[in-house]
Amino acid sequence: MCGIVGIYYKNKDLNKHLGTMLSSMLVQMSERGPDSAGVAVYRNAVDSSSTKITLHAADDDYDWNQMHSLLAKAFSTDVDIEIRVNHAVVATTAPLPEFRTWLALNCPDLRIMSAGTTIEIYKEKGAPRDFVDRFQLQDIQGSHALGHTRMATESAVTTQHSHPFSTGLDLCLVHNGSLSNHNRLRERLQEEGIEFQTDNDSEVAAGYLMWRLHQGASLEQALTSAISDLDGFYTFAVGTRNGFAVLRDPIACKPAVMAENDDWVAMASEFRAIAQLPGVEQATVWEPAPATVYSWGEA
Amino acid sequence: MSKQNPLRPSATFSLDVLAEIHRAADQGIYDIRGFGTKRSLPNFDDLLFLGASMSRYPLEGYREKCGTDVTLGTRFAKKPIELNIPITIAGMSFGALGANAKEALGCAATQMGTSTTTGDGGMTEEERQSSETLVYQVLPSRYGLNPDDVRRADALEIVVGQGAKPGGGGMLLGQKITERVAQMRDLPKGIDQRSACRHPDWTGPDDLEIKIQELREITDWQIPIYIKIGAARVAYDVALSVKAGADVIVLDGMQGGTAATQDVFIEQVGIPTLPALRMAVDALRELGMHRKVQLIVSGGIRTGADIAKALAMGADAVSIGSAAMVALGCNKPVYLKDYQKLGTEPGYCHHCHTGRCPVGITTQDPHLEARLPPELGARLLRNYLTTLTLEVQTLARACGKSHVLNLEPEDMVALTIEAAAMARIPLAGTDWIPGASK
Amino acid sequence: MTEFDLAQDSVRSLNQRLHESPTGRWLVSHPDGRHCIAAGLEASVEINIAGHVGYYCAGMNKQAHITIEGSAGPGLAENMMSGSVRVKGNVSHCAGASAHGGLLIVEGDAAARCGISMKGTDIVVAGSVGHMSAFMAQTGRLVVCGDAGDFLGDSIYEATIYIAGKVGELGADCIEKKMTPEHRQSLADLLSASGVAADTGSFRRYGSARRLYNFNIDHASDY
Repeated sequence: MCGIVGIYYKNKDLNKHLGTMLSSMLVQMSERGPDSAGVAVYRNAVDSSSTKITLHAADDDYDWNQMHSLLAKAFSTDVDIEIRVNHAVVATTAPLPEFRTWLALNCPDLRIMSAGTTIEIYKEKGAPRDFVDRFQLQDIQGSHALGHTRMATESAVTTQHSHPFSTGLDLCLVHNGSLSNHNRLRERLQEEGIEFQTDNDSEVAAGYLMWRLHQGASLEQALTSAISDLDGFYTFAVGTRNGFAVLRDPIACKPAVMAENDDWVAMASEFRAIAQLPGVEQATVWEPAPATVYSWGEA
Repeated sequence: MSKQNPLRPSATFSLDVLAEIHRAADQGIYDIRGFGTKRSLPNFDDLLFLGASMSRYPLEGYREKCGTDVTLGTRFAKKPIELNIPITIAGMSFGALGANAKEALGCAATQMGTSTTTGDGGMTEEERQSSETLVYQVLPSRYGLNPDDVRRADALEIVVGQGAKPGGGGMLLGQKITERVAQMRDLPKGIDQRSACRHPDWTGPDDLEIKIQELREITDWQIPIYIKIGAARVAYDVALSVKAGADVIVLDGMQGGTAATQDVFIEQVGIPTLPALRMAVDALRELGMHRKVQLIVSGGIRTGADIAKALAMGADAVSIGSAAMVALGCNKPVYLKDYQKLGTEPGYCHHCHTGRCPVGITTQDPHLEARLPPELGARLLRNYLTTLTLEVQTLARACGKSHVLNLEPEDMVALTIEAAAMARIPLAGTDWIPGASK
Repeated sequence: MTEFDLAQDSVRSLNQRLHESPTGRWLVSHPDGRHCIAAGLEASVEINIAGHVGYYCAGMNKQAHITIEGSAGPGLAENMMSGSVRVKGNVSHCAGASAHGGLLIVEGDAAARCGISMKGTDIVVAGSVGHMSAFMAQTGRLVVCGDAGDFLGDSIYEATIYIAGKVGELGADCIEKKMTPEHRQSLADLLSASGVAADTGSFRRYGSARRLYNFNIDHASDY
């Protein structure tokens, strides 16, 4: 159980404020998600010949420099790397499937958090306030972001089960609620070639969307079919390269508040995460209707 | 001449099953009844105590003290609950039970220094007056819930579910919705009460955390807040209850009783108290919260042995519902004709839902209620609680304990493979716990 | 007038003071979406909250008159017994949940499940209400000047709904009923008491068809 937040800029001039707004929203969701936090930020786009990959090291003292030079040598390309605490964002022209193979063989201690052209995903244990400080989230700039604060059911809190889940390029999902048919759905999706790292229900929702997108559906169509294919209680916020979407299940018991003005769209589990945002006084505030897809940008 | 073939029953289409299908074909609705599971389940009978030996010395009875007191709600409440015995009376509604029965429960509990619990209908004056320590339930239906009673309660118990029907709400049929019951529940008289299975203003532990804050604010953080769960996904539920801010967790195994619900719910949903208890204690230990967030377990607690074993497995206290009613006379071989009118016999009766309880417990009919004067009921229950306490102390002393909460899993062995696996206690005569790596 | 700034001091502190010395008029500033503000009050004190509140504001309210100069989160005035709560903005889901008495006025819109499980309260919404409003509403009155989402009055008992705008798909056992002069008067009184202007002639009445009161096999599909 947890809190989710999302912010999407309609006015690009605000991109420089992404970090401060996201941080303040995340911290407001600490009580309902005290154990770990995660964010997906969309920033620093690479060109279409490259891929940006966020990597996570279990060890805080991981030798990223060595990894960097090994990678550059292996693929004979330039590799950009930006280190942030125990995560690193690598930008490379190496083809993604080969990169994955290379990584699994040479750096088994590293985990891929996200891949795409703009997305970066950071997840870590601990209180949201600490997460924001450690990752210097306040300074990040970008076009849109999703965040999640988690109340873990297992005491050995790991980031394995943390949101945002990303099962496709530049695609991520955060979820507040509890699905009830995810186990069978996971098997069906695995038969379709979607891979999962955890037994988490939210990861199944992310995988489902990826599958539908692979089939050629738009995000809106994928979310619409999710209403009938996913069973349970959920508020989802979804991010794509240029888009942002929100969906609640037909019963809509899990909370969701949205706000929109000329400059931005925001969503959160509790209004207090939105109440502090600059420009909220001019925003229309509403609660998304059940079983209705709300989307912005090229969702 | 050929011998007549002996009658040959089907194990699949047994007499029970045949009768039930005939009934369903006749009535077109699920069977509704009271009481708890009737099927055979692994339970505390499958565990035994080791007692004293050359290497473990017993305590003398009576002279050498064996303490039975327990404190509940030490985590956040300014006024935790101190009980003399680790046996509480579970939540049962006025509506399901008559006023006399509720009063009897309250008197006996007060005399024994323990608590009773309101049920899905609110707090009656009789119960508040007769029960010195009263736990007030906050249920999905919210019938009768009001801040005056919240303020005069000794603890609050947020009911997420009960063992008989984890995921089901309260049920009371029209014949028991008398004028008084209807008025307390804000319902029309004589109708079948439909149940809410979720709380109206929160769903999920993240919102429950805020709901608990609200209740603490209303009570100025004085009294303990319990969360009651029916045994289902116990490990998650206990962890989330701790995180949502509970002082005490009440865990009701599938053997837990009810005054009315669908038979299919009672028999086919939930897990037995034995594994549920072990899972709950594991979850508390993992969070470092064992004995800090107290655990009350219920669901088929019948004897002092059951209680001692539950404590040994890590519970802080137990709660009794069905057993308390049996003490009051449930299924007693008296008023035989009235059992027969219901189509049953003493020993088989589960007809609480009819409101025609032959011994005057689960009824609103004054003529039937008269069979259970509160003073008599109080004496019966007090005697039973005294017996239970003496039994627990006997077993604890035999294991060398000067306090019943010092009982441990290592004091026990299991008789069956299922019980060994479920309780994580070795099979007698072996080191073997199925499923546990050595 | 007592002033209390939630930017300087806690909700706990505010509630403790309101429980201990509940007199006069209070102005609470910087609520900023905090939860459980003014919960459990039991005196006819007047409180103005200058901003937005979170969950369970005015929970279990008795006698107090509370005005929120902003929006409110879920469970506003849940289980209210008496007194009044007025929201200038919108209110989130489960407004007035299980409330027994008092008057809840929403000048904006209410989200889902407005009046869920209500047990005698009066709720007047100048705007619209979301889906499943008046779900299992037992007694009391819900007035909606705007529209209602789907499943209005699902499983309703004896509560009465007055609505002027559009109604989506009706809930199980909820039907339109005749408006009598007595109903119009009751509605007029409520609108007047809540200071919400509306033409009683434009309202329709909804309530229980009472087919679920005692089980009948022919209505099994409604369960």
